Amino acid sequence: MSQIFHHSTNTFTRITLFGAVFILGFAGWVVFQLSTSDYATRATQAREQPVPFSHAHHVGGLGVDCRYCHTTVETSSFANIPPTKTCMNCHSQIWSTSPTLEPVRASFRTDESIRWTRVNDLPDFVYFNHSIHINKGVGCEICHGRVDRMPLTIQYNSGQMEWCLTCHRNPEKYVRPREFVTTMGYQPAGDQEEIGRKLVAEYKIQDARTLTSCSTCHR
Amino acid sequence: MADEPQVIDKPAPKEIIAPGYTFGTVTDQIAAVVLTKKTPPLFWMGSFAVGFGLLLLFLLAVGVLLMKGLGIWGLRAPAMWAWDITNFVWWVGIGHAGTLISAILLLLNQQWRNSINRFAEAMTLFAVACAGMFPVLHLGRPWLMYWLFPYPNTMAIEPNFRSPLVWDVFAVSTYATVSLLFWYVGLMPDLATLRDRATDRFAKFSYGILAMGWRGSAKHWAVYETASLLLAGLATPLVLSVHTVVSFDFTIGIVPGWHSTFFPPYFVAGAIYSGFAMVLALAIPLRSAYGLQGLITDKHLDNAAKVMMATGLIVGYSYILEAFTGWYSGNVFEEAAIWNRMTGMYKYQYWTLIACNVIAPNALWFKKVRSSPVILFIWSIIVLIGMWLERFVIIVASLSQDNLPSSWGRFEATRWDVATYLGTIGLFLFLFFLFIRLLPMISIFEVRTLLPQAKVKEDEA
Repeated sequence: MSQIFHHSTNTFTRITLFGAVFILGFAGWVVFQLSTSDYATRATQAREQPVPFSHAHHVGGLGVDCRYCHTTVETSSFANIPPTKTCMNCHSQIWSTSPTLEPVRASFRTDESIRWTRVNDLPDFVYFNHSIHINKGVGCEICHGRVDRMPLTIQYNSGQMEWCLTCHRNPEKYVRPREFVTTMGYQPAGDQEEIGRKLVAEYKIQDARTLTSCSTCHR
Repeated sequence: MADEPQVIDKPAPKEIIAPGYTFGTVTDQIAAVVLTKKTPPLFWMGSFAVGFGLLLLFLLAVGVLLMKGLGIWGLRAPAMWAWDITNFVWWVGIGHAGTLISAILLLLNQQWRNSINRFAEAMTLFAVACAGMFPVLHLGRPWLMYWLFPYPNTMAIEPNFRSPLVWDVFAVSTYATVSLLFWYVGLMPDLATLRDRATDRFAKFSYGILAMGWRGSAKHWAVYETASLLLAGLATPLVLSVHTVVSFDFTIGIVPGWHSTFFPPYFVAGAIYSGFAMVLALAIPLRSAYGLQGLITDKHLDNAAKVMMATGLIVGYSYILEAFTGWYSGNVFEEAAIWNRMTGMYKYQYWTLIACNVIAPNALWFKKVRSSPVILFIWSIIVLIGMWLERFVIIVASLSQDNLPSSWGRFEATRWDVATYLGTIGLFLFLFFLFIRLLPMISIFEVRTLLPQAKVKEDEA
C-alpha cells in the first residue's frame, strides 16, 4: 500500500501550523489599522464643495478671525456655517462677477441655502458642544488643524471616540489661554503641561472621570 | 492503578462490555458505522432528515428575526427574558453531562464512561453550539455582539466585567473551546484507526489529515494520557463554573425568585440531571439502531440513570429549599414569588415541573425501571421537559410578577419563539447525526482497554 501523504506534507504542515499564528495576528493587525486609517475615518481628505471655499485665503491670507463667520462658536453647541449674507458682506462688491461665486450670488437672489458638504460629521448619538470647548481654552487648531493653510477644508482628526478621549483624559496637554483660542500656530510660552495644569485649575476643567462618563457626550 | 484490573474482574451482574469481544471485533463494529459503503440505516436517514428540516426552520426564524427585530418574539415588559434564555440555559445544561462523563468520570477512574464518552462529548459540543445561538440572537442588535469581547477598538472602551452576561461570554466560549479540544484530542487515535481502515482515497486523506500523523507510539500514548488528564482537570472546574456563571445571570439580579445563594450548585445539579437525560435519550435509540448493546450495555444505562436520579434528588431538594426560604425569609416579595409560582399564572408549568423533577426521578430507585431501556427513554424525555420548564418557571414566573404590581404582565410565546427553539433542536440533530455518520460514536481505543486481553497484559506488567 502506498503512503497516503507525500514527503512534502511535512513542510506543508509546519507552514500551516506556524503560519496560522502569523496569519491570524496579521489579520487582526490589518483590521485594526484599517479601522483607524484615514481611509476609514475619511480624515485628511478634501471634500468637494459647491463653492471651492478656501480657508487658506480668508484666514491665512486676509487674516479674518474664525469668529467673523462662525459666530456662534462661543455661545452655542453648534458652530454655525455662515449664511450667504455673510459672504455677500464682501462679495457683493469684491469679485462680484466671478463665475466661481455664482452659486453664492444665486443663493442670495433666490433665498435658497448653499448646500455645503459637511466635513466634520459626528453621528447623532454624540452630543458635541463647541462653546464649552472654546470657553475652557481648547483652540480651534487642536481639533481642526491649521485651517489657515487649507485651500479646501479637510477633516483633521479621526473623529473616533478614542481620539476624543485622549484629550478628555489629559486635557492639560492641550488647553491654551482663552485669548489664543482662535490663534493659528499658537506656541505655549513655556512647558505646555505646566501651563496646562494651571489652566485646567483656573478654568475649572472637570476631572477625567466626569469628562469620560457616558452622559458627557452620549445624551 | 494496580488494583484497577481486579475491580473489573469482579463478577458483576451487568458488565460494562459484553463478553466475547476482541480488539478486532470492537474496532470492526464501531468503524463499520462510519466506513460502511452501504446506505446508512433508516434510523439515520430519518433523524437526519428531521434535523435538516428543523435546521431550515431555524434559518427561516433567524432570517425573520434579523429583518423584523426582536418584537417577533413574545418578549414584552416585564418579561424581557423568556424562551430565549430558557433555551440557552437548557442547552448549556444539557452540554454539561458530556463533560461530566468525559472529565469527572475520567478523574474518578470510572471505566464505564469509556463507551459513552465520545458521543456525550459530541452532544456537549452541539448543545453548546445551540446554546450559543441564543445569547447572540436575543440581542436587539446581534451584529454588534463582538462588542462583548475585550479587544483594542477605536472607541477606547471595553466590556463591563461586572456583568455576569459578560462572564457568560467567557464561560461559554471557554467551555466550547476546551470541550472541542478535549473531544478532538480524544478522537486522534480513533481517527488514525479510521485512516488505516478506510479504503477509498478521499477518506484516507481526510482522516489522515485529522489524525495528524498519529502512530500510536509509547511516546504518543504517554503524551496523550497526560494531555487528557490535564484537560479533564481543566474541564472539571469548567463544568461547575460555567453553569454557575449561567446561574449568576439570575442570582445577581434583585428579582424575587432570582436572588438566591443556592442557585449555583442547584443549576449545576440540574444541568447534569438534564444532561444525563439527553445522554440516555440519545444512547437508547442509538444502540438499538446500530446494534451496540454489547458496548453500551444495560449497565451503562443503569449507571446513567443512577446519576440522573442522584442529581434529580438534589434538584428536588432545591425546590423544597426554595419554597422553605421563601417562607422563612419573612419577606413578602420572596413569599409572593413562591406563591405565584405555585398558584399564579404559571401554576401548570410549575406543577408539571414538580412532577417531572421531584416525583419522576424517584421511580429510578427501582431496578425494574432502570433496567428497561424503553421506560428509561420515556423517563429521560420527561426529565428534559421538566428541566425546560424549570428554567422557564424561574425566568418567566419571576419576571412576570415582581415587586411592583403595576408592572405585572403575562408572557405569551409567539410562533417564532417556538420556531427558534425547534430550530436549535434541528441544528443539534443535524450536527449530531453528521457526527454519527462521519466520526466514531464510541471511543474505539478506550473500549479496547476494557477488554480482557488488555487486562491480562496489565497484570503481567
